[in-house]
Amino acid sequence: MSQMDQSIIDALSGQQSSIQAAWLANLEESGAARGVRGDELKKQTGDFLKLFSEGVAESGMDNLGAAGWAEAREFLEALSHSRALQGLDAQQTASFIFSLKRPLFDLFQRETSVDPATLTNHIAAVSELLDAMGLHTVRTFQKAREAVIKRQQEELLELSTPVVKLWDGVLALPMIGTLDSQRTQVVMESLLQRIVDTGSEIAIIDITGVPTVDTLVAQHLLKTVTAIRLMGADCIISGVRPQIAQTIVHLGLDLEGIVTKANLADAFALALRRSGLSVTKAS
Amino acid sequence: MKVTDKGTRPIRTEQDIVLARQACRKLAQDCGLRLVAQTKLVTAVSELARNTLVYGGGGDLDWEMLEDGVRRGIRIVFSDEGPGIPDLQLAMTEGWTSGGGLGLGLTGAKRLVNEFDLETAPGKGTRISITQWT
Repeated sequence: MSQMDQSIIDALSGQQSSIQAAWLANLEESGAARGVRGDELKKQTGDFLKLFSEGVAESGMDNLGAAGWAEAREFLEALSHSRALQGLDAQQTASFIFSLKRPLFDLFQRETSVDPATLTNHIAAVSELLDAMGLHTVRTFQKAREAVIKRQQEELLELSTPVVKLWDGVLALPMIGTLDSQRTQVVMESLLQRIVDTGSEIAIIDITGVPTVDTLVAQHLLKTVTAIRLMGADCIISGVRPQIAQTIVHLGLDLEGIVTKANLADAFALALRRSGLSVTKAS
Repeated sequence: MKVTDKGTRPIRTEQDIVLARQACRKLAQDCGLRLVAQTKLVTAVSELARNTLVYGGGGDLDWEMLEDGVRRGIRIVFSDEGPGIPDLQLAMTEGWTSGGGLGLGLTGAKRLVNEFDLETAPGKGTRISITQWT
């Protein structure tokens, strides 16, 4: 596109403080300033305006991907990242950029001596540039959010697979929540490993905390039971509530050959009996 | 029979299946279905939503709350624009699967609900409607 008018480049670097004031006022008004400390916002806007005028002077307004914009892009990425971690939403993050539009348009109108057609061109160019920047922040923001979610999922995975030892030779795995493939895989691995480590003979899988038992869940359970048997241990599935039992029947699932119990206490009692132990009242 | 409320949800990711299940459980409770009927419906939703995602490549779930005289019900429609089911009879055979499942999802879902309706044609996608009454 046409060369940027020199007067605009001068105005951008010369009038940073007045642009910044108008920008801050805009941010305040749009609510984008909420949740960010005043002095922090002032520093961010100041820093960004400096990078912005440098970027314009170096690479013009055509292409945000140009080398002259690298620093501004990095700045925006860091900004979105920190906002995602602070728990601000995407709209607020994007508004940071969009609130700069009006002050820049005003500046162009005030400062340039060019004819209206060129002015319109310049305004269109800066508008497109800011749009691209806004999208860039949103994209980065989203990536940062996804990273947070992924980390939480991984943490949850660790948390939700505790294998507990109920007695010598008796392990229990209380399953809670949705049994998707990835989680079940982790659960199965940790259970099998614990069976080896403790030399347990009986493993109880408790599904009281699993809200829905569909064919996929059943398939996972069947595979786990088969694997446990291959290792020479026995498996009991407990926590089969009445509604789950009826659903399993209607689904046509064949759980024959698998020992199931309505609750964990029954399963534990059975496990003790099989181990030749009995519980009596001390009197 | 009249429709008192309706809505739609996307089924595009594994996570959507979980959300669809939760949403349908809530609807079933609001509708006044008993616990067993609720569980059956939610299980059917789980099966069909997964089919929509895995075999249909994703689609939508449309739900309607129904009122027919004194009885109330929920109708849930799964629609996708995937490859469709070439041999319906085979697909409705117990234990047959084109994927790696147990082959019980479709037939099981049919037995879990009061009404089951399936429309499909090769290349035209699949539309499955299930209804559970109080």
